[in-house]
Amino acid sequence: MIDLPFSNVDELTAGLDEHAYLADRGLATAIYLSLSLGKPLLLEGEAGVGKTEVAKVLSTLLYRRLIRLQCYEGIDASQALYEWNYSRQLIAVRAMDAADAEKHVQDLFSPEFLVERPLLSAIRAGAGAVLLVDELDRADDEFEAFLLEILSEFAVTIPEVGRVVAETPPAVIVTSNRTRELHDALKRRCLYHWIDHPDLDREVAIVRVRAPHVSEALARDVAGAVERLRALDLAKVPGVAETIDWANALAFLGADRLDRAMAADTLGAVVKDHEDQALVAPHLAEVVGEDG
Amino acid sequence: MASGPVPPLVALGRDLRGRGLPVGTGRILTFVQGVAALGLTDRASLYWAGRTTLVANQADLETFDDAFDEWYRSLREEGEPELSLEFNLPPDPEDFEFGDEPAADAATGVQTAAGWQRADEDEEPAEGEESSLRLVASATEILRTKSFAYLTDEERHRVAKLIRELTIQVPIERTRRTRAASKGSALDVRRTLRRSLRTQGEPFDRAWRRRRTRTRPLVLILDVSGSMAPYSRALLQFGYAAMAAGRRVEVFCFGTRLTRVTRVLRTKDPDRAMHEIGRIVSDWEGGTRIGESLKSLLDGWSQRAALRGAVVVLCSDGLERGDPELLRTQMARLRRLAYRVVWANPLKGSPRYEPLARGMAAALPSVDVFLSGHNLESLEALAQALAP
Repeated sequence: MIDLPFSNVDELTAGLDEHAYLADRGLATAIYLSLSLGKPLLLEGEAGVGKTEVAKVLSTLLYRRLIRLQCYEGIDASQALYEWNYSRQLIAVRAMDAADAEKHVQDLFSPEFLVERPLLSAIRAGAGAVLLVDELDRADDEFEAFLLEILSEFAVTIPEVGRVVAETPPAVIVTSNRTRELHDALKRRCLYHWIDHPDLDREVAIVRVRAPHVSEALARDVAGAVERLRALDLAKVPGVAETIDWANALAFLGADRLDRAMAADTLGAVVKDHEDQALVAPHLAEVVGEDG
Repeated sequence: MASGPVPPLVALGRDLRGRGLPVGTGRILTFVQGVAALGLTDRASLYWAGRTTLVANQADLETFDDAFDEWYRSLREEGEPELSLEFNLPPDPEDFEFGDEPAADAATGVQTAAGWQRADEDEEPAEGEESSLRLVASATEILRTKSFAYLTDEERHRVAKLIRELTIQVPIERTRRTRAASKGSALDVRRTLRRSLRTQGEPFDRAWRRRRTRTRPLVLILDVSGSMAPYSRALLQFGYAAMAAGRRVEVFCFGTRLTRVTRVLRTKDPDRAMHEIGRIVSDWEGGTRIGESLKSLLDGWSQRAALRGAVVVLCSDGLERGDPELLRTQMARLRRLAYRVVWANPLKGSPRYEPLARGMAAALPSVDVFLSGHNLESLEALAQALAP
């Protein structure tokens, strides 16, 4: 088992609190289990509920390096694991002395020509790193299969260099926005946690922690309004990130409380879809809590 | 051997499996290890340890909650004082007695495919007599134009087979991935470098890469309310054919509400799949709420990526019981996401049909291809409409 600076879920929760991340019991348990069992943690949830943030705060909490692999459509092994620095190799080849060619070719594949990508960095760093595989659902099936292989072995063979193995695997957080279903094999390897929108009190606390200059009253107004927005059946439901943005925007404009006029002016900070805005407009009074 | 607290923990896993969740031995083992790692057995710890390790899908959370409640209650009732934490974890998962394991999805899939193959071969006319072949051909001719609603069971099987034989061509799209090609738009530095070694480092012979292509996903949205069932069944066969051809296929069924049935399609053979869908979809005889169902597909499922750039085939009679305005806006949304929207309406098979039903009229502006889909002939037309 890995050495952890906390010995139970409550201590972990307290540690996360200190670093301005307020996790509920479920999330804290999931993180604790992931770290102590050495299994990757797959986090799913609506956009903006703080999935990525988990990895960031963990790296500070554990004094580990955060290695982030942002997935996107078309990502492949050479962008995720390693690649040779071809341009540099090309120049080196040009500068070579033809007489001693055999020896030079060896040099061409020495570590100085190797470009390390996130996964290789994470394997090398081992227990010194938190690996964040962000938005895995954006990558395609082939990449998922490839990642599964890496996550089960934490070892890679580079033909020209040799085998690189992590003695202790890094902590791994995988996030997905669920734009597509991830493969069962990958899920089987991971612990799973669905992050829900926080309840009102927790959301107020999160805003206060993340945006300390926002007053308690304003934070409560904003969190309440966002909670009512979420009940409105929008196509793009605002996440916690939007709540914080909105509170920040309002505080920047000098508001101490949220009223209808203020909300109308700053709605773009929280509702970011044209049709949703049209849907919210007639309900704005209710949303900000000015009934009647 | 495992004793003490382990059996109750395993029982929860097995109960979940009985409720249809994919809970294998590995997950149960992780659960037991998780509880041991937490070192606590209060309700919340057990709950979160179980939820984190045994469930891997948001849609399954509700089932888990129910199962957990029951399990926890029975645990208390049996008078088991407190779960002690003396775990004697066997070092090797093999030592665990979990009983029979359900076959992995993949294995079943393979078996089913193989089963199909065999069935097809068996059904092939054994004697290659010309007369019997011609008989088959003319019978096929009749079957082609006979409406799915009037098929006998025997004919239904034959038609199903013919549908599966339809070559399904789905339009392709270019992906962001590249592959090596003799000509292309991007220089392949890696291969160029390799080749340059032959010419003393002079990059004389250049290599190229080109963007890869793949087929677009096919999404079937089938109306299973009352009269639509025979047609939906046929389209489901169509989905099978597409899946067998290696396409990405998603299938949703709706009557009054939407249900995703893709999983069923992956693991069972066609007839059993239809049967299974009947079990899952509770509102076979209900009314049709196309607009609402589409809405829940478009926002609830987060399946937007599956819809994005997809070929969407919707099979319904368009007799909307809900608000046609909702249907109009949802169809417009669908159109913006999808590559092509095909609406198969069996009523169109009647020569006198005109799309006057309010629902159908509202949907039509967002439909690329409107066809009947009531018999084999029209499914052939559908296959053609799908082709690039």
